[in-house]
Amino acid sequence: MSTAIRPAPTGTDAQPPVRSRSRLPRFAPLGLYLAGIVVGAGLSALTSFSVASTVIYGVLLGTLAVYVASRTVEGRRKATDRLVTCLVTTAFGIAMIPLVSLVWTVLDNGLPRFDAQFFTNSMFRVVGEGGGAYHAILGTLIITALATVISVPIGLMTAIYLVEYGSGRLKKAITFFVDVMTGIPSIVAGLFAFALFTLMFGNDVRLGVMGAVALSVLMIPVVVRSCEEVLKLVPNELREASYALGVPKWRTVVKVVLPTAIAGLGTGITLAVARVVGETAPLLVTVGLITGTNLNPFDGRMATLPVFAFYQLTQPGTLTQAFLDRAWTAALVLIILVMALNIVARLISRFFAPSTGR
Amino acid sequence: MTTISAPPAPPRPKRRAGDRVFAGTAKGSGILILIVLAGVATFLISEAVPALTAPAEDIPGGEGLGSYVWPLIVGTLLGAVLALLIATPLAVGIALYITYYAPKRIAAAMGYVIDLLAAIPSVVYGFWGLAVLAPTLVPFHEWAAENLSWIPLFAGPASASGRTMLTVGIVLGIMILPIISAISREVFSQAPALHREAALALGATRWEMIRMAVLPYGKSGVIGGAMLGLGRALGETMAVAIVLSGGAGATLNLIGSSNPSTIASNIALKFPEASGLDVSTLIASGLVLFLITLVVNMLARWVVNRRADFSGAN
Amino acid sequence: MAKRIEVSDLDIYYGSFLAVEGVNVAIEPRSITALIGPSGCGKSTFLRSLNRMHEVLPGARVEGKVAMDGQDLYGADVDPVDVRRQIGMVFQRPNPFPTMSIYENVLAGNRLNSKRMKKSEADDIVEKSLRGANLWTEVKDRLDRPGSGLSGGQQQRLCIARAIAVEPDVLLMDEPCSALDPISTLAIEDLMTELKERFTIVIVTHNMQQAARVSESTGFFNLNGVGQPGRLIEFNPTEKIFSNPDEKATEDYISGRFG
Repeated sequence: MSTAIRPAPTGTDAQPPVRSRSRLPRFAPLGLYLAGIVVGAGLSALTSFSVASTVIYGVLLGTLAVYVASRTVEGRRKATDRLVTCLVTTAFGIAMIPLVSLVWTVLDNGLPRFDAQFFTNSMFRVVGEGGGAYHAILGTLIITALATVISVPIGLMTAIYLVEYGSGRLKKAITFFVDVMTGIPSIVAGLFAFALFTLMFGNDVRLGVMGAVALSVLMIPVVVRSCEEVLKLVPNELREASYALGVPKWRTVVKVVLPTAIAGLGTGITLAVARVVGETAPLLVTVGLITGTNLNPFDGRMATLPVFAFYQLTQPGTLTQAFLDRAWTAALVLIILVMALNIVARLISRFFAPSTGR
Repeated sequence: MTTISAPPAPPRPKRRAGDRVFAGTAKGSGILILIVLAGVATFLISEAVPALTAPAEDIPGGEGLGSYVWPLIVGTLLGAVLALLIATPLAVGIALYITYYAPKRIAAAMGYVIDLLAAIPSVVYGFWGLAVLAPTLVPFHEWAAENLSWIPLFAGPASASGRTMLTVGIVLGIMILPIISAISREVFSQAPALHREAALALGATRWEMIRMAVLPYGKSGVIGGAMLGLGRALGETMAVAIVLSGGAGATLNLIGSSNPSTIASNIALKFPEASGLDVSTLIASGLVLFLITLVVNMLARWVVNRRADFSGAN
Repeated sequence: MAKRIEVSDLDIYYGSFLAVEGVNVAIEPRSITALIGPSGCGKSTFLRSLNRMHEVLPGARVEGKVAMDGQDLYGADVDPVDVRRQIGMVFQRPNPFPTMSIYENVLAGNRLNSKRMKKSEADDIVEKSLRGANLWTEVKDRLDRPGSGLSGGQQQRLCIARAIAVEPDVLLMDEPCSALDPISTLAIEDLMTELKERFTIVIVTHNMQQAARVSESTGFFNLNGVGQPGRLIEFNPTEKIFSNPDEKATEDYISGRFG
């Protein structure tokens, strides 16, 4: 007995030399969960039946049942392992609830006004039903495009500096402050643009370009970080091959490094655009809102989709439902816009990657 | 020996005009970013000065800048910390699930689905919080007011609309979930395979392997990610502005109908109609927010980078 | 075309670290010169200093003189970019540009410097260079395909074609066969013997049989210990180095009694 290796207590008394543990059957956890749901439904029905409480009771009971069953059959260690498996799976499930609920709600409320009128009419002289977000959609596109035009050259050149030229303290400082800039609250970026233009043009100025500047403050650090990561991935051998052909460094960067990285750069920039296209707060304080169509970002207030949605929801007129419908449709369009940009980003990285062979 | 004191450097090789221009532009862009950041601070301060120097009775509320901003700071911190407490355990669970539990073939797709949460504009979260979450949580508010009122956080009386700090904290928690889980996922998946296999070879169960080899390695990454999430929650504007029925004084009661507003949402709601000293006061409060998020983000970066240095040594 | 390179009292530094010390050598035109020696002895560093490629690394610099047909390559008014146009280089691992076709890869040296040329002129250069690199018959039907689709040996010959397309005077090769299989290696060695009619060739190799097979002269680099600078121990006709070297260290290395 003194030389026998004692296995950890398993809760069963079988202790052969090579342990063959008793295990729960493969589908036991699933079965226990289903049983938990059924009992949960019963419990829920005792008070007032609802799907939510059924699921909550079911998951709690199922987890408890799996733990107890595993504890008695498989032992403490295995039971803990099963418990954690249940917990992390539940965590993932919990995160799915708001996503599904949100998408469902927006579709449900947004589709009634998802019609041609919404995309062709502005709110000019509309006080009740009808009207649309034509002016706001165009405004969002113009201001986002302007922000992209400002951010991409600055962000890309900064990334090039950090990867190809930078050294020493300036590089460290820029890297650190780009990280810090990533965390600037969007409303603060809006206040910055407001303060900047107020100092230049006097009080109460509201311009589309102010919004573009505010969005740029949010967008530049994202562009820098993603472009930097991508440029670092370009193999050094290609740069050396180019230098050895007598190509100056700047031509090497422009004609060898950037084309090699083009897919990643495109993806990163598109995702940066997607990040700012739904920003509301900075536009609220810099661009304001109008009911008519203004396509000139250098002349007065403009309408943008997120701000449009916000005011339709929070300041409805007499026909409240018409305003709420427009608000939800605007939210739906916004989500579609962001999702489309995300899909475009993935397509870019798939189709523009340098082809190898075939 | 071989390291000889450096002899005088040779004359710098001449550089081509193209190289000089290009390198200069790149460097200039980098410096421009530093200038912009300095500009953010400078312009905010210069526009906030009137409020900082004005007599107390001219500030909205009539009791000075301090008592104007104080409830906002409390509200901002309360909402963000609540969001952090909700999001962090969930995010760690999700990250573990995706990295070590989910079937390998669909794990990447699951990560993508979680990332979608980050892509949804904050104004849409606000819509959802107001239309769906707040009414759903009303029964819980009532239950908490009845049964948990001995805890100051649930002192009640319960709000009938559900537009409370509790709802805001949950919405913010959902919004920062993808940030924390993305960073956690990254550090968990980088846990050295050598350590993980060593743990499994000792007969550890999957959870014991994670506890021994993954969590210690990923701890500072998770902390850094959580602080980045905190920074995001502190500055979040639209969702709070839409969901919260705010504007009252500082209170810790999460479920009541009178809540303190947050700095960011207060600016968004008041700014469009503000003029004169009101604008300065709002910008001054924005400056406070800027400083708070700056400190949180710098701490977060420090924690994350310290880990990078540490693991780089291996 | 092919030119003579004279190196006198060359010291190469990385920052304050002396990597190679006191090299004196004359490299003859229209011949192959091989550089051999143990790892880390500075032979690649020396090779890269011949066309100023080592300057790509921050802090790298030289003292002493490298002259090509009498002109100092490190003169104050000499642009390293011009030096590299006259002294081409082939690297250890084949590195065709992944974004370019085979055709564009060959023309890369011209195109990247935006030299204007007629289509017929460009076609001539591509065919001539690919024939010069013994690759023409293998790729002439797929010139518009990406260069990265070729086999390792073909890629390396494509890189040689790219290097000779700009008509350099000298061709430096840094272990050009170490990533290739024996058959591709033989193809490259045959190619080198053809190319030496037109170019001065300097090759760094770890393969002593290769040095013995292809080169006229061989230089042996060595270092006394870790952290010490590398030195050119012996430079002699290849036959002499491999049969009756002057230095004991060379003999030890060649007979395998060393590192």
